[in-house]
Amino acid sequence: MCGIAGLIHRGKSADIGTEMTAMLQSLKHRGPDSTGFALYGNPTDNQYVMRFKVAEQEDMNKGFDIHRQIAERQKEVDHRLESLGVNVKRRNQATEYSHRYTFSFAGDMRKLADYVEDIDGVEILSIGEALELIKDLGDAAVVSEQYGLAGFEGTHGIGHTRMATESDVDIRSAHPYWAYPFNDVSVVHNGQLTNYWSFRRRMERRGHRFVSDCDSELIAVYIADRIGQGDDLEQAMNRSVDQLDGVFTYLVATSDQLGMAKDVMAAKPMVLYESDEFVGLASEEVAIRSIFPDEIETWDPYHGEVKVWQV
Amino acid sequence: MAGVGHKSHGKRHDKSHDMGLHAEQLTGRTQQRFFSAAEEENFTYPWAYDVDFDKTAEFDAEEMDSSAINLKIRELMQSGHGTITVKNPRAKHGVGVGILNRLNLKFEGSLGYFGCGLVDGPNIHISGRVGWSCAENMMAGKVVIDKNAGSTFGAAIRGGDLVCRGDVGSRTGIDQKGGTIIVGGRTGAFSGFMMQRGRMIICGDASKSLGDSMYDGTIYVGGQVEDLGVDCVPGEMNDTELKWLKTKLGMYGIEPACGIENLKKFVSGKQLWNYDNLEPAEKKLVL
Repeated sequence: MCGIAGLIHRGKSADIGTEMTAMLQSLKHRGPDSTGFALYGNPTDNQYVMRFKVAEQEDMNKGFDIHRQIAERQKEVDHRLESLGVNVKRRNQATEYSHRYTFSFAGDMRKLADYVEDIDGVEILSIGEALELIKDLGDAAVVSEQYGLAGFEGTHGIGHTRMATESDVDIRSAHPYWAYPFNDVSVVHNGQLTNYWSFRRRMERRGHRFVSDCDSELIAVYIADRIGQGDDLEQAMNRSVDQLDGVFTYLVATSDQLGMAKDVMAAKPMVLYESDEFVGLASEEVAIRSIFPDEIETWDPYHGEVKVWQV
Repeated sequence: MAGVGHKSHGKRHDKSHDMGLHAEQLTGRTQQRFFSAAEEENFTYPWAYDVDFDKTAEFDAEEMDSSAINLKIRELMQSGHGTITVKNPRAKHGVGVGILNRLNLKFEGSLGYFGCGLVDGPNIHISGRVGWSCAENMMAGKVVIDKNAGSTFGAAIRGGDLVCRGDVGSRTGIDQKGGTIIVGGRTGAFSGFMMQRGRMIICGDASKSLGDSMYDGTIYVGGQVEDLGVDCVPGEMNDTELKWLKTKLGMYGIEPACGIENLKKFVSGKQLWNYDNLEPAEKKLVL
């Protein structure tokens, strides 16, 4: 059991950091292990935001040498970015092991990602013009406070509260997943994929990289693979419902779209609310009601249903 | 605990056949009963609170958690309040559960998961929506929802009426063992899954695998049926059922767009599960 949530402010920007925190905090009972946010801010021309980590949270308790190691890893990231001609405009540090860089770059983004992730212990959480992906251990309030998400202005976002079932409690197994190497694509998932290993091997043979053993990562990779083959988001999601086995409900966001898909057994929950100004989705209505105190019309999508909204 | 009287006689016997109950008429609290708040004999628990329907109370649940809301309802019943209004339940989970008493209870707003589960006797009205597993294991009483409902609506209910005026999610009435479920709109996949007894009336469309693996019971559908599940077969409507449907739907002012007389009936084909030939002692084991 995990909790997922998403929201869209149609045609305007709002404090989605605070709103997503409230939604995910109200889903804490569905998964207290870790919390993740994929927030879509207001992009600046030709500027990318990269969120990456240079260690796991649990690594911080493993001896005195870790502080020297992570400082070296960050220095190596800087060195490699410079060698690729990346112009880093701003460096922010939310925790000792997680960083946010703003940069401009005209080269091959996949090459950049591969080169940076080649450094031992370094993992890129997201790259995008609008997307900022934040995930860490703890509930929504803790992670939001730690990363200063209150006041984050944006148009849409998705989030996840995790109850680990098939992989470790660590940041690499936490959601959302970035659909490497596509800018601004992120995925959150509630459920279990039963053909994960066979499908993962198929995706690895096609050259995709997996950073964790979490079955949910497969959805991000699958969506990236389909987009790479020319599908639009809705086509890729419709195909996933036929090809992925198991019980699942998942959300995908891009810079201008947000979609949901539900498996053919309709075994995992999702509640929707839609108005002219706002779209809210969550595993439980209580999450939507955390930002809408008044009575609203909500409903459950049905089996195998895929919906994509334009932001 | 239900007893099993496997031999019925006279009119009652005929009615049970007409209503699709074959020869096995359950007695006790699992039997189909037409609930009336005025029927004192419906409320037999010796510890039930003596409430007065004219004694009303209301409270705002906005700042209360689920257990505080349930405790407050119990305290009000204890002090004799028979009509309680709960404002702003705000889709909280597990609210209005375990009420084994006569009570008129109104929720002004929506409930989350497991709302009104394990109830036996109250008359509950919810002006908003309900989440998954509403009225799970209800024994008797009425639960009426004005808007939509989530999945596993009325799971394993044994009696009473559960009514949703809007659309409901998947697996409606899973493991239903009695009572009546009424859906004003459409219902999701696998509705009536492993249904054992009771009736379900779906005024709108039914998604795939309707009545999958059902043992017994009856499903009526007004709209389109995407497909039937394993061992669910069309049945033939008779006059007794039609009369019952008119009475039952009339109680809630619900009428399917196709008209009551055009509702389609579905029952178990009894190829997968068939306990009709078992000895009474064996029936007790499986029921």
